[in-house]
Amino acid sequence: MAGKVVLHGMWASPYSNRVELALKVKGIEYEFVEEDLTNKSETLLRYNPVHKKVPVLVHDGKPIAESLVIIEYIDETWTDGPRLLPQDPYERAKVRFWAGFCQQQLFEAIITVVKTDGEAQERAVKEVHEKLKVLEEGIKGNYPEGSLFVNGDSVGLLDIVVHSILGAHKVHEEVLGVKFLDPEKYPRVTSWVTALTEFPLVKEAAPPHEKMVGFLQFFRARALKSATA
Amino acid sequence: MAEEVILLDFWPSPFGMRVRIALAEKGIAYDYKEEDLKNKSPLLLAMNPVHKKIPVLIHNGKPVCESLIAVQYIDEVWHDKSPLLPSNPYERAQARFWADYVDKKIYDLGRKIWSTKGEEQEAAKKEFVESLKLLEGELGDKPFFGGQAFGFVDVALVPFYSWFYAYETCGGFSIEAECPKLVAWAKRCLLRESVSKALPDPEKVHGFVLELKKKFGVE
Repeated sequence: MAGKVVLHGMWASPYSNRVELALKVKGIEYEFVEEDLTNKSETLLRYNPVHKKVPVLVHDGKPIAESLVIIEYIDETWTDGPRLLPQDPYERAKVRFWAGFCQQQLFEAIITVVKTDGEAQERAVKEVHEKLKVLEEGIKGNYPEGSLFVNGDSVGLLDIVVHSILGAHKVHEEVLGVKFLDPEKYPRVTSWVTALTEFPLVKEAAPPHEKMVGFLQFFRARALKSATA
Repeated sequence: MAEEVILLDFWPSPFGMRVRIALAEKGIAYDYKEEDLKNKSPLLLAMNPVHKKIPVLIHNGKPVCESLIAVQYIDEVWHDKSPLLPSNPYERAQARFWADYVDKKIYDLGRKIWSTKGEEQEAAKKEFVESLKLLEGELGDKPFFGGQAFGFVDVALVPFYSWFYAYETCGGFSIEAECPKLVAWAKRCLLRESVSKALPDPEKVHGFVLELKKKFGVE
C-alpha cells in the first residue's frame, strides 16, 4: 500500500508508542515527528484541532487521531502482514471491549497513582489492584487457551494496548515504589506482559529504562506541584 | 440457524437507544428486556460482570457490552443491509473518531447540566454548547454525519436529542437557539422509524431527570 506515512508523536507517550508498535508490526515505513508537547507545532494543531494531542497519523496528507482509531485504520488499510484485530466479529468485539477497559479503567487508575500522593494515592493504588484483578479474571474467562498473545504468535491491538499500559511496570516500581504486577496475584497478566516485553519488535521499540524513569519522575513532580498550586 | 438476540436495556439510556436504533436499521428481531438498575437481574450481572451496566446485546447466548462496540458488532454481523460504517478506511476512522468524541463529551457534560448549579452548571453549559457547535461544524451542510446516508456518528449522537429538553429546562437555555442546524439534523433523523421508535418522549425523560434530581438532592 503506497502513500507517505508520518506519525506525530512523543517518545514517552504510551499512546504514541502504541501506534509506533502497530506500524512496526505491519512493517510500514514511516517518518516520526517528535512533538514538543509544551510547545505544540502549528502542524499538530492543524492536524488535530479537536484534541490537540499526539499521536496523529498522517497518511497521504490525511490526518487520523486517537490511538485506537489509528490502529484500526492501520489494520484495515495495510492488509498484508499480520492482523491487528481478529477476523471474527465476536472476537473483535472482545478485543475492543478489553482494550477499552484497559484504557479507561486500568490506565486511568495508574495515571492517578502517578499524579497523587498520600491518601489519594493509596486509594488509587487499591483501584489499580481491583482493575488488575478484573483483567486477570477476564483473561481467564476469555482467552483460556493461554496462548502467549491474544493474536497467536503475533502482537495485536489488545497486546499493544496492554503493553503500553503495563510494559513500563519496572519504571513504575522504581519511581512510585509500588509493584503492580504481582505474579502470584495476577499470573496470567504477568506472564502476558513479560512475554510482550521480551518480544523482539517490542523490545527494540521500547524507550530505555533510565530515560523513562527520568521522564516519569519529572511528570510526577510536575503533576504534584500543579495540584498544590 | 435461528438467531437469538436479546437486548438488556433501560428506557432512558442514550447508550441503549444506540443499540435499539442499530438493530432496527438492520431489521433484526430481538427480545427487549427492561432492567431495573436499582435491582439488576442475574442475567445482567452474568453477561456484564465487568461493568454491570446496560446496554448488553446478547447474540446466541454471547454478550457484547459497551454501546459503540455493540453497534459495530451489529454492523459487522448483519453486513448485507443498511451499513452503518462507511466502507472506506479513512472515512471509517473519521466516523470512529467522532463517535468517540461524542462519548468523551456529551453524556458527562449533560449530566453536569442537570445535576449541578451555579458556576459549575454554567461551565458545563458552556462546554456542552461548544461541543455541540463543534459537532454541528463537522456536520456542515451534509444531511447526516457520514454524508448522504444515516450512519455510525448519527447513531452515536441522536439519542441525546431525547435529553435536550431536560438539559434545556434544568439549565435554562435553548439548544436550538445555539445549534439550529444540529437540531434540524436530529429532527431529520427522527423521520426514520428506527430512531423515532428508539427515542423516548423528551417530556418523559425530563420527568425521569426530575426524579433523579430529587434522589440526589439537587434542586
